[in-house]
Amino acid sequence: MSRLRLIGATVTGLALALSLTACGANDDPLAEETTSGGSSGGAVTVGSANFAESELLAEIYSQALEAKGVEVKRSFNIGARELYLKALQDGSIDLLPEYNGALLAALSAGGAPEGVSKPEDVLGALKKVLPAGTEVLEQATAEDKDTLTVTAETAAQYNLKTIADLQPVANKLVIGAGPEWGERYQGLKGLKEVYGLEFKEFKPLDAGGPLTVNALKDGDIQVANIFSTDSSIVTNKFVVLEDPKSLYLAENILPLIRTEANNPTVSGALNAVSAKLTTENLTANLAKVQVDKQDTATVAKAFLTENGLV
Amino acid sequence: MNLSYLFDPEHWQFGVAGGFPQLILSHLGYSALALLFGVIIALPVGLYIGHTGRGSFLAINAGNAGRSLPTLGLLMLMVTLLGLGLLPVLIALTVLVVPPILTSTYAGMRAVDHSVVDAARGMGMRPWQVLTRVEFPMALPVIMGGFRSAALQVIATATVAASVGLGGLGRLLIDGLAVNDYSRVLAGAIVVAVLAVVLDLFLALVQRWVVSPGMSGQARRAAT
Repeated sequence: MSRLRLIGATVTGLALALSLTACGANDDPLAEETTSGGSSGGAVTVGSANFAESELLAEIYSQALEAKGVEVKRSFNIGARELYLKALQDGSIDLLPEYNGALLAALSAGGAPEGVSKPEDVLGALKKVLPAGTEVLEQATAEDKDTLTVTAETAAQYNLKTIADLQPVANKLVIGAGPEWGERYQGLKGLKEVYGLEFKEFKPLDAGGPLTVNALKDGDIQVANIFSTDSSIVTNKFVVLEDPKSLYLAENILPLIRTEANNPTVSGALNAVSAKLTTENLTANLAKVQVDKQDTATVAKAFLTENGLV
Repeated sequence: MNLSYLFDPEHWQFGVAGGFPQLILSHLGYSALALLFGVIIALPVGLYIGHTGRGSFLAINAGNAGRSLPTLGLLMLMVTLLGLGLLPVLIALTVLVVPPILTSTYAGMRAVDHSVVDAARGMGMRPWQVLTRVEFPMALPVIMGGFRSAALQVIATATVAASVGLGGLGRLLIDGLAVNDYSRVLAGAIVVAVLAVVLDLFLALVQRWVVSPGMSGQARRAAT
């Protein structure tokens, strides 16, 4: 009898725990902030995704706005895209840095349409699918996108400058990338269709993470998918192969903003930031945060001062 | 729950890269190798400690410390030190299986009735004979228990191999998550669980076969 009761209690407990987690998933963790202010009274709430680059960009946006006398509230480090898009739509946040390609892929059913990969095309396509009540401002030339990267030695050995140069030697090389590359068009399929590349082997590792970087350094793989603003490219003197046929989606950085929160002062300040932001200076500043462990606010301030934005 | 990936006959064909048969075979391969190395390391050490009673404190605590090492973390460390390949995975999985085999071997040996060992000595058995003919057979049910628990753990954990570019059933989990194909993740989880249960049933049969009838009580039942 007591054992039955114990089982019953366990099952009830599990069911409770499950229903609690289910609630947690549906609950909007930012809901209370809507009532406690949000965009009312002229303040702009800046959000960011939960990785260092997004936080750095959000901090740069915030300080640029503050320099123009706009009151800013910071609500950084919000998890996944689904979560912060929802927060943006319900007004918990007003503004956050985004990537045109990734945002387009997330908002289009079935991912980004094939053949749309150049920065202007991506921006054009993105403007058509933005959620109601939101808009994007001008995009920077800075991109955090997929690259094919090799070591300086490999580049010298096979005389590699672009992805097309890999064609005669690909069958001798091992490529490492995130597991999704095995199946996505903007992975092995596209490399085969657009550039005619068939590699000796595909090693599914992490998406541009430490595993991939170390495997490239150690020579376990010869070609790696690393993101263009990754500081390991500069530190290890890796060579990023150009993508002349634009296989990889543009990932220009641009502010995504709630239409209600936008006004000429805000858009002026943010467009000035976008005009100065390049892949190179973003990489260098991100390295200050990730490699030198500097404070995000300090790095953002230095960036704005150097470029005459504050 | 979407079971379409699991029941798609295309995924069950032999010889297809990424199909269930090939993934199950590589998964069993990693697990078997880790268990083999685990037995080679832990069994002699456990028998020695159990037989002599020497060094038990050190070995058991080292074993338990090994038990608390997170396999994924250890694997990443090994990959950083040794590069990609089978070796880091085997080291991480071997560290996982050594503690249960070692502690169960030691515990099994210590649980052997002293009077039986004394009787064996009194009959003129040499230490080696006492170990192989008396202590080991009597400790075997406990040792097998440890081995089965190690096998269960390693089957469930060998999925980490996929996170460093190798195969095994973890591929279904890692790739499925990477492309948001939850039907595939579910299929991987179910196959791992079923594989673990089937293996344990198989080992239960093996245990019946290897354990002396005198130990399992079957002989007594047969006699009456």
